[in-house]
Amino acid sequence: MNKRIIVEDWGLIEYPKSFERQRALVQKVQEGEEDFLVLCEHPPVLTLGRMTNPQSLLYQREDIEARGVLMTKVDRGGDVTLHAPGQLIVYPIFNLNKQGKDLKIYMQKLEELAVDLLKNFGILAISISGKRGVFVGEDKIISIGVGIRKWVTYHGLGINVNTDLSLFNLIKPCGLNVRMTSIQKLKGHQMAMEDVKIKTIDLFQKEFCS
Amino acid sequence: MNKIILPELGEGITKATIACWHVKVGDKIAVGQEVCEAVTDKASFVIEAPAGGVLKSVSVGEGQEGLVGGTLGIIE
Repeated sequence: MNKRIIVEDWGLIEYPKSFERQRALVQKVQEGEEDFLVLCEHPPVLTLGRMTNPQSLLYQREDIEARGVLMTKVDRGGDVTLHAPGQLIVYPIFNLNKQGKDLKIYMQKLEELAVDLLKNFGILAISISGKRGVFVGEDKIISIGVGIRKWVTYHGLGINVNTDLSLFNLIKPCGLNVRMTSIQKLKGHQMAMEDVKIKTIDLFQKEFCS
Repeated sequence: MNKIILPELGEGITKATIACWHVKVGDKIAVGQEVCEAVTDKASFVIEAPAGGVLKSVSVGEGQEGLVGGTLGIIE
């Protein structure tokens, strides 16, 4: 268990810049600093993991960029993912050396936390065995992707709060034929991002702090 | 000779796919250097060299599955 988590809110930040800052925090945590929980949003960007199938991109690069969506290769496994304003990004930079070094338990905790978060907003979500992320019915609402270096975590959750869901039509998210949804779509109105952030921090502190 | 092993990743995880190698056979590598990346579902795990030397061989290539505890490559 962690004693304390340092929370940082980076606001709206370009993906590459946030990745550099994440890597710097991973280094700090590896060197013994407290764990960090980073919250932010990204301008529209497609991140292409190392295992991206070209067929997961449903349009040509020029057409995608013409919609104001940047494309960037990223240092992680997995396929293509979209980030955009209205999607709350959560990057837990946690030292799992202090928590039993078990990737499966960590992923399960993230999924349970994501389900609990949505319950607070009156949304019944589920995690599906064999599929990463959290779903409402068959629609995916929260994406989860984790990286680990020396048992320190990076990357994390993409929570579709008020995301422009039409942007997901550019890709097969994570290489899957899955439809995406958001809190806004399910509730029929925009949700205050600040409320989601507060609840997210609260749940992380309950789940990961002693 | 030192083996690069796919480490224990958690209860019930018995295998992982090697997404990429950061080094190639014949490269000189330092202890602790990141040599490859294993992925399980949506998590990726960076694996480091257990010792310095030259990468002699790779037994699990990119896109192939390795078993937890199994050898991914040899450093001499």
